[in-house]
Amino acid sequence: MVDAAQSMIQPVKARTTRSGLRKFFERKSTIAFFMALPLMLLIAIMVIYPAFYSLHLATLNKSMQRFVGFGNFTFLFKRETFWMVVQQSCFFAITAVIFKALIGFVVAHLVHNLPDKGQRKWRGMLLVPWVIPPAMSTLAWLWLFDPSYSAFNWILAQVGIGPIPWTGDASWARFSVILVNIWAGAPFFLIMYLAALKSVPEQLYEAAAIDGANWWQRIWYITLPMMRNIIAITTLFSLIVTFANFDIVRILTAGGPLDKTHLFATWAFRIGIEGNDIPLGASISLFMVPILAIAAIFILRDINKRGNEA
Amino acid sequence: MPRILSRRQFVAATAAGSAALMTAPFVRGAYAAGKVSIAFWDHWVPGANDVMTKLVKAWADKEKVEAQIDYIPSQGNKNLLSITAESQAKAGHDIFAMPTWWPQAYADQIEPVNDIMEPLIKQNGKVNETVEYLGRAGDKWLGVPATAGSQVKGPCSRIDLMKQFANIDVQAMYPPGAKAQADNWTLDTFLKAAEACHKGGKPFGIGLGETSDSVDAAGAFLRAFGGELVNAKGDIAVKSDAVRQWLEFYKKLISFMPADVTAWDDSSNNKWLVSGNGALIMNPPSSWAVAKRDAPKIAEQCWTHGMPAGPKGRFSPFLPFFWSIWGFSKNKAAAKSLLVYLSQPEQAEAMVTASGGYDLPSFASMTKFKIWAEEAPPKGTLYHYPNPDHLDTWSIAASPAPPKIAQQIYAQATMTKMCVRYAQGEAMEKTLSWAEGELEGFMRT
Repeated sequence: MVDAAQSMIQPVKARTTRSGLRKFFERKSTIAFFMALPLMLLIAIMVIYPAFYSLHLATLNKSMQRFVGFGNFTFLFKRETFWMVVQQSCFFAITAVIFKALIGFVVAHLVHNLPDKGQRKWRGMLLVPWVIPPAMSTLAWLWLFDPSYSAFNWILAQVGIGPIPWTGDASWARFSVILVNIWAGAPFFLIMYLAALKSVPEQLYEAAAIDGANWWQRIWYITLPMMRNIIAITTLFSLIVTFANFDIVRILTAGGPLDKTHLFATWAFRIGIEGNDIPLGASISLFMVPILAIAAIFILRDINKRGNEA
Repeated sequence: MPRILSRRQFVAATAAGSAALMTAPFVRGAYAAGKVSIAFWDHWVPGANDVMTKLVKAWADKEKVEAQIDYIPSQGNKNLLSITAESQAKAGHDIFAMPTWWPQAYADQIEPVNDIMEPLIKQNGKVNETVEYLGRAGDKWLGVPATAGSQVKGPCSRIDLMKQFANIDVQAMYPPGAKAQADNWTLDTFLKAAEACHKGGKPFGIGLGETSDSVDAAGAFLRAFGGELVNAKGDIAVKSDAVRQWLEFYKKLISFMPADVTAWDDSSNNKWLVSGNGALIMNPPSSWAVAKRDAPKIAEQCWTHGMPAGPKGRFSPFLPFFWSIWGFSKNKAAAKSLLVYLSQPEQAEAMVTASGGYDLPSFASMTKFKIWAEEAPPKGTLYHYPNPDHLDTWSIAASPAPPKIAQQIYAQATMTKMCVRYAQGEAMEKTLSWAEGELEGFMRT
């Protein structure tokens, strides 16, 4: 009797398990998980593993045979060049992001106020610097700034202005790399700000106009508050990307003259690959993480706060 | 019924089998001797890679080895990245063409090649001191000096401009097919010529950036003064009279050169020569070859020759490549066999000819190949490029410091930075103290 009862229970159990499995696979979250899995694996292989590996490398001595803990970091803190690179990276990133945001904001307004008919063409054209691979466009800039045959200097010479050492003098070299970064990055701000502008309800401006608000008041009390989150997110994103910039500086100045244009990434490459001191190179590149993490915490906290207020 | 082997029979059979295996490494079947993969430097001279491929194929066919070649460029430091990746992964090519400092950097991971280098030296003559310095760690040879890619960056002068402005006949000083008559070619003469050409509007163009060409020139001049930033024992020696003299020399030289030399990269001096603006640059014959193609009138006036003599002699910047075998290689016997084959005079000459005279073998007996005497225009322009009279000492910047320290000095361009700092008005002692601080940082192990 018991055997017979058991033999009846088993298929029921199997059916229940099968349907449970089916339900599990039919759940939206499961499907979402499996669809995101390739990307998660890609990130794990291409980002998380190298990040932990570089953490491991940063704790080794120069010949990578001995664990030195924070030895590489304490060594860096004593180097004059390291602090110069810290200052330069901050100056480069902050200046470039401010100008990119300003230019993006102004040009977004200009494009927004263009008649719909021609707006698409302008949007397309203004995005060109952002869509060209930076290594390629920087090569073109390199020819424009060439130490001996600069096209800019040729133009300046036509109006009697002497040659400018675009990449030979520390101040001009810094100006040049920042200029190219702004040129390449401003369209990103433009497109983000343009999208934000288009989502501001027109009624708000109409109400402000009835109240007699001028142009500046409309910007200050309507446009900017409505764009705050987009501005914060684009600033954070751009700060991270600009801080970690490699290609523009590497191609234009390779960090020179006298290391005056090095950023963390270019200096890490110089020390780690060209100088074959991989642990120190890894330590330099990791130094970006706490700086960017602090910036991210502040900016994202601000966004969350505003989100909760809303 | 199974046959039972006696102990004696088993030992005899095993010994016979082992002996057969040991004495027959290259059994004559297709690819019977296995596979070898090689990462050669991707030569900039069109056709040079094809000759290399042909040479390797001839060897592979003879030895029944499957050879797989990758040509890896040095643009963007792709070769350095590949070397680093292979060393980390402990997998990759069997043979890698490693530039200058890299065999020393990975000395622990490289197969010693004493068993082939010593017979090669006996056969082809001695190698220069830079090859020994870079290619040997203690008693261990880390690679065979490669012909392909190895180069000397001595002066290339404009015959007409040097005559016109500096009253120097470079062809008479370094006559084709004959011994050099360069007793008066000293650092003083060099500086006077630089000044004269500057006044004539055709200055010398020697880079002071942070790339290889700039560093190589600064290093060679420093050696000519007898200066060292770090000596062979690893002691900092930057505060010496020789280094001070060298800085003074460079300060004067910089004042006679284009204002933008501090921003020059490795292509700037080539452009300077080819554009017709400069009277002298420091380079292997690549810029002359480019001029031959793009500006033949200028090429006709180019003459490659030796370095001016300083108080301690003439030093030319030499940058050898090494064919090194990774310790993880699975076919070391075949790899060594290939390196011996490529180091024969016949093969070396084929590579030099294919490169238009650019490549330089490191062995003493290989400095008089036909190509250097015959290349034109003008005929004999490359005759003195391989240093046939052994007048110059081939050296590398930052030597004789221990290679791992020297590599840092070289990669971080400490020497050119010193020259620029001092030339831009920094006090001599401040420049020396700055350099001392940098060098202390390079001592970490």
